Amino acid sequence: MNVLGKAKEPFIFSTQVSLTELTGLKATNLQQLLDLIKTVPGSIIYHHTHHFLQEHQYLLPEPPNDFAYWVTEFLGEARLGEYLLSIDTIQYTTIRELRDKIARTIEDYVKDYPTSLNKFATTGEEFRFLKSVSFVLQTPHKASDLKEFKTALQKVTPGSLYFHMFEARLRIRQGINDFSKWLEDCLSENKLANKIAALDPYTYTLENLRFTIIKLVEKRIAESLKEHPVIPEALPK
Amino acid sequence: MAKISEYSSVVGSSTIEELQLLAGKLQGKVVQNINSTATGGGVAELLSRIVPLLQELGVNTRWDVIKGGESFFNVTKKFHNALHGRPEEISPQMFEAFTETSQQNIDELKAYGDIMIIHDPQPIALIKKKLSMPGSKWAWRCHIDISSPDTHVWNFLKPFIHQYDSAIFSSPNFSPALPIRQFLILPSIDPLSDKNKDLPQETIDAVLEKYQIRKDKPIITQISRFDYLKDPIGVIEAYRLVKKRIDCQLILAGGTATDDPESSKVFADTKEIAGNDTDIHILPVPSGSDTEINALQRASTVIIQKSLREGFGLTVTEALWKAKPVVASSTGGIPLQIRHKYNGLLCHSVFGAALSIKQLLHNPEYAKRLGENGHELVKQNFILTRHLKDCLLLFLCMYHPDDIIHL
Repeated sequence: MNVLGKAKEPFIFSTQVSLTELTGLKATNLQQLLDLIKTVPGSIIYHHTHHFLQEHQYLLPEPPNDFAYWVTEFLGEARLGEYLLSIDTIQYTTIRELRDKIARTIEDYVKDYPTSLNKFATTGEEFRFLKSVSFVLQTPHKASDLKEFKTALQKVTPGSLYFHMFEARLRIRQGINDFSKWLEDCLSENKLANKIAALDPYTYTLENLRFTIIKLVEKRIAESLKEHPVIPEALPK
Repeated sequence: MAKISEYSSVVGSSTIEELQLLAGKLQGKVVQNINSTATGGGVAELLSRIVPLLQELGVNTRWDVIKGGESFFNVTKKFHNALHGRPEEISPQMFEAFTETSQQNIDELKAYGDIMIIHDPQPIALIKKKLSMPGSKWAWRCHIDISSPDTHVWNFLKPFIHQYDSAIFSSPNFSPALPIRQFLILPSIDPLSDKNKDLPQETIDAVLEKYQIRKDKPIITQISRFDYLKDPIGVIEAYRLVKKRIDCQLILAGGTATDDPESSKVFADTKEIAGNDTDIHILPVPSGSDTEINALQRASTVIIQKSLREGFGLTVTEALWKAKPVVASSTGGIPLQIRHKYNGLLCHSVFGAALSIKQLLHNPEYAKRLGENGHELVKQNFILTRHLKDCLLLFLCMYHPDDIIHL
């Protein structure tokens, strides 16, 4: 499709901001952590596997989940920390599946290393279960073709990028990010949509993710211009 | 006091636009803050910064103060200490004095907000006015560390807290089990204040010269009042372990309250332990010397905060904001600010602190990277604009019980 082609519907950029809700729930050892992981609301699992992405936007994207960090730093279980760290979050399209994987990882570890249950965090270093309350707001930025899409991507807040790539995929639409969905449904840019969907956003910082998506869009614009060169209109004689 | 637009130079204009967008969703709502004092203390200082900025954003925010006599404030001071976990003798007469003054405030104070934010225990009983204000939303904002409260006082306050729509705490560690919603609003620093704004090199140099601190040796600094809980002697011990391998200087700077005999004793003890080492600079900095503190932090090679107990640890926030590599105890709010080896180093002992300082002094690139990460972390999470955002979201949360809210 020609890059100058207009989308059936424009992409309207939203942004997302969140407030942390406290639950009063805490764990001091692996058993308590496991029991609570299995039973707390999904918003809590979501918080502990995602808040880092927004809070540490310009850092290296590690560690991607609080459970991994806590068992490593406060229980001294570096091996379990690594197992939890290497859970491929992008594979999971629902919080339920992600929660099950985290719980299974801890259960398997406890079976292999039962003495790990004897370790306790000291007062003040317990794992505190928190929850994200997300607010989604529409921004004035919108795009009707690839060029406008690229321009808007350069301007929107990290919160906007986060919303369309993470929150929309896992918490709202469950399965696909908003950019890929729009590119496929409204611009028939299936190849570009797939390339963005194939990224593992959890291993980028938000700014690097923004840069990577913009590069993919730019490349597609350049290809499209080659396929459909813009021929200047002939001047009137 | 800076205008909201001035913060865009720090956090970017999109963040300010986001705040304006959120504030727009609160049109028509009146937010009334109530605390116990208009001046002095952290809460009054916070409100004096936050309220004008919320007003500038277009949120009709007000601030009123309760009345109380000496006996009332004596009791509430005891409540304060007891909630911090300090044993306090509180007689039935004292509880009665609290109840009496509270009733006077319930009768006399005009409550008119759609959203009522009640700060700390002193005005907590005002919740009784809720019944006569249908549709109003009430939040109790607790600024105190209640991680291990005295149960007598906590049980007295609990029935009041349970009547609120929500409670707000400054750290996840302060969150008790409650039947109402609880939110986390972490403290913040003002990047445009004298304590945190950028300083010209001449200002920094002038402060170093004033205190005869050399520029040709690494500087390790701890900023905090002279208090055993800040472990100034432990800091000197750590410095001495470092000094065996690296020629460096130590600055211990902070206030000593003249009316606090313990503070003067800690200062004297610290001086004595320091002995005649001319590379140890123990500086009693008078309150209000924010620019000097700023300069000392900016001149430092490594900042240390070796507290034995800590509240949130805003001196750590200030150091991180200045992109300094920080070595700090894993206590209080410090682990919320420092992810070990990502944006600073956490320690648990004198030896651990000394080792971390040596690592940072020997590896300036690593130290620089930690400092840069620390600066970005503060920029994202502990700047006044984030505090404003949390306030706005809290107000909105009062009307939305869900986890995902489309505005």
